[in-house]
Amino acid sequence: MAYKTIVEDNIDVLVAGAGLGGTGAAFEARYWGKDKKIIIAEKANIDRSGAVAQGLYAINCYMGTRFGENNPEDHVRYARMDLMGMVREDLLFDMARHVDSAVHQFEEWGMPIMKNQETGAYLREGRWQIMIHGESYKPMVAEAAKKSADKVFNRICVTHLLMDESQENRVAGAVGFNVRTGDYHVFKSKTVIVGAGGASNIYKPRSVGEGAGRVWYAPWSSGSAYGLMIEAGAKMTQMENKIVLARFKDGYGPVGAYFLHLKTYTQNCNGEEYESKWFPELSKMVGKEYLDTENQHFSHKPIPTCLRNHAFINEVNAGRGPIHMVTMEAFQDPHLEEIGWHNFLGMTVGQAVLWASNDVDPKHENPELTTSEPYVMGSHATGCGAWCSGPEDLSPKEYFWGYNRMTTVHGLFGCGDAVGGTPHAFSSGSFTEGRLAAKAAVQYINDGKADGITVTESQIDKRREEIYKPLETYRVYRNHITAGSVNPYYINPRQGLDRLQKMMDEYCGGVTVSYMTNSKLLHIGLKKLGTLAEDWKNSIAAEDIHELLRAWELKHRILASESVMQHTLFRDETRWPGYYYRGDYMKLDDKNWHVLTVSHRDPATGKYTMEKAPLYHLIGEDEKK
Amino acid sequence: MPTFVKMTRCDGCGECVDICPSDIMHIDKTIRRAYNIEPNMCWECYSCVKACPHHAIDVRGYADFTPLGSSVRVHRDEEKGVIAWRIIFRNGKKDMELLAPITTKPWGTGIPDLNSVTEPSDEMRNSNLLYNEPKYIRMDEEGLHTLETNKLVMKEGVYH
Ligand SMILES: Cc1cc2nc3c(=O)[nH]c(=O)nc-3n(C[C@H](O)[C@H](O)[C@H](O)COP(=O)(O)OP(=O)(O)OC[C@H]3O[C@@H](n4cnc5c(N)ncnc54)[C@H](O)[C@@H]3O)c2cc1C
Ligand code: SF4
Ligand code: SF4
Repeated sequence: MAYKTIVEDNIDVLVAGAGLGGTGAAFEARYWGKDKKIIIAEKANIDRSGAVAQGLYAINCYMGTRFGENNPEDHVRYARMDLMGMVREDLLFDMARHVDSAVHQFEEWGMPIMKNQETGAYLREGRWQIMIHGESYKPMVAEAAKKSADKVFNRICVTHLLMDESQENRVAGAVGFNVRTGDYHVFKSKTVIVGAGGASNIYKPRSVGEGAGRVWYAPWSSGSAYGLMIEAGAKMTQMENKIVLARFKDGYGPVGAYFLHLKTYTQNCNGEEYESKWFPELSKMVGKEYLDTENQHFSHKPIPTCLRNHAFINEVNAGRGPIHMVTMEAFQDPHLEEIGWHNFLGMTVGQAVLWASNDVDPKHENPELTTSEPYVMGSHATGCGAWCSGPEDLSPKEYFWGYNRMTTVHGLFGCGDAVGGTPHAFSSGSFTEGRLAAKAAVQYINDGKADGITVTESQIDKRREEIYKPLETYRVYRNHITAGSVNPYYINPRQGLDRLQKMMDEYCGGVTVSYMTNSKLLHIGLKKLGTLAEDWKNSIAAEDIHELLRAWELKHRILASESVMQHTLFRDETRWPGYYYRGDYMKLDDKNWHVLTVSHRDPATGKYTMEKAPLYHLIGEDEKK
Repeated sequence: MPTFVKMTRCDGCGECVDICPSDIMHIDKTIRRAYNIEPNMCWECYSCVKACPHHAIDVRGYADFTPLGSSVRVHRDEEKGVIAWRIIFRNGKKDMELLAPITTKPWGTGIPDLNSVTEPSDEMRNSNLLYNEPKYIRMDEEGLHTLETNKLVMKEGVYH
């Protein structure tokens, strides 16, 4: 094949994937590394890439310490409660103590943040969320990243990390191909910060046919952060902690502003409040510590997201669907009505299209809600991702090995969805984590930790061969058949994706089984996933470069899925009812499972080892306010 | 929802190809105009719609759950710093125009170039601070939160 090999050498900080986390990393790296070579390799165009491509109407993580609102420990308590105890408190506290400085800079850069006219503080949607006109959120942070980086390589699908051959378990850069020219790109770098985002489309979506792109997280969120790090041998944590979202039906329009700001609420088909009636039973499943039905009301503690899902799912299964969002009251106020629509236009335009086409006017009709298929990510109300070091002043020894946000592979850092155990970081927290990782990466280089990295031509050639193999497979076997897509020698990426989604759905707790799985199902699932991985390796075919992109996205999704299955199998309990259920262990089991799960996939053999890691509670129970 | 391109408006400039995060806006080699090659990987994010200089791209809701006949149009103007939307319902009864700011400053002028910012001191490097901190955290003279300042004590990890 005539594709060129383009080598970018002597890089200090390579940012692989520049969404909210990656742009934060590139921006901050320049401050600490004036003389450093900072390069971005991004699959799309950084002006509109990642989960924030269409914008956001809210920044969901802002302490407001400046306005006397919250301290970092308050946020840790909240995220810990929402995730049923399972968080990395050191990483969360660290993110929370810096996040406000990111938001204050965004305002200075020109982001329109709404203000509370009476207090002068930012307008709150809820306790943690502030409201913005954020259509241009992504182009804005991209601008900051572009000013800092020496060069931005757009349209590079990063497929693998490069590994140092002189010292074990040390990163040496990354490789990938240009989605437009097809050229092979080699990035030799002292450190890599992975910001390649979470995973949609791992589970069969509710939408079908032409609508299959209507997923909650962006369809281009290919789980590459996980695929890249897992393959390099980085340890992962909490990969079983997938998330299910309660959203407006079909369009998956966000509900945060509706609940919190517009004060809309849910009811079943009979117009009844339904949540509270499921809570006594649920409290027996999870224990009083996590859901205290009698006292919850008095303590004003929010109910964990997964538990509210549980009530939703059970009410629907009991035959009292659909669940409606009661908008008809709030929308009588024209100002609130406008906010309701702006909220969609700013981050999920498709929901506006859907209501307009179905003549759903929320002023006169209460729209339907649904629960989504599961997603694997680490910055929303869930914490999948890599097992990373925390900062020295906050982290106990099990959580600290030298550099903030560094994975268990030396020189390999993560941010945003890539980092595990840090839910509720959202856009601003992901950006902040990128900044933290960048500072640490520069320090790592200055400390001489990246000296003497060796990458042989044979490693580079081997990856090149692997990358283009799907094109070769297509070329060799295409003429074996007359026409069409059915071929006994290969499958195309879409066929592979459909197979992955079906098996994840049926064996690992997707929508068609009401989020239920058990160890028997998971063992079958893992076996089927093994053959899919084999088929991918031997027989995935790509007709052109665009399909080659889809093939590699599928590869990363398969790697992420395997990790999810292994983790789900390991945790013998139902920790997050409403996200998924282990039918063979329907109860939350604090005696055996008040721990974080950590996995390692041996890069040479592909074999998984699972372990439990201690859960430190840095922050006491009591809420001061 | 999935995009389509109007034959008479598209001149094949490629702006949409350049921006689509899903890599699905491609130029057809024969007619030299853009089209959506993979509608079931479209997120209706409107990035291409906003980027098209000729308003040649529109969206027709996903065939599997969207009736025909409504319209959601947009015009984004970086110079004026605003985005304008128009939503028309299928039954024509609702026709809304919504306007929102996209920036408070002339585009891009508020973002500093860190190449020209003074290099951090060693003290700063050895601290837990980031660029512009601690000032930008609280906008006052107070320092960074730590376990000590917030009177927190680390408790032994639970390990079952
Ligand atoms: C519908 C929706 C609503 C949301 N609402 C809010 C909200 O109101 N407030 C809020 O604060 N947050 C919100 N979020 C969450 C927020 O978007 C995420 O938390 C944040 O974007 C995560 O940042 P990230 O950097 O980890 O991933 P992303 O921002 O998704 O970035 C990942 C980047 O990696 C690139 N990439 C992927 N694979 C590769 C590869 N193989 N090679 C190279 N590059 C690659 C992608 O193109 C992308 O640029 C919302 C998200 C969604 C989807
Ligand atoms: S941006 Fe508009 S005019 Fe240019 S190629 Fe795309 S659809 Fe055609
Ligand atoms: S709406 Fe978004 S995903 Fe769809 S074609 Fe346009 S840019 Fe691509």
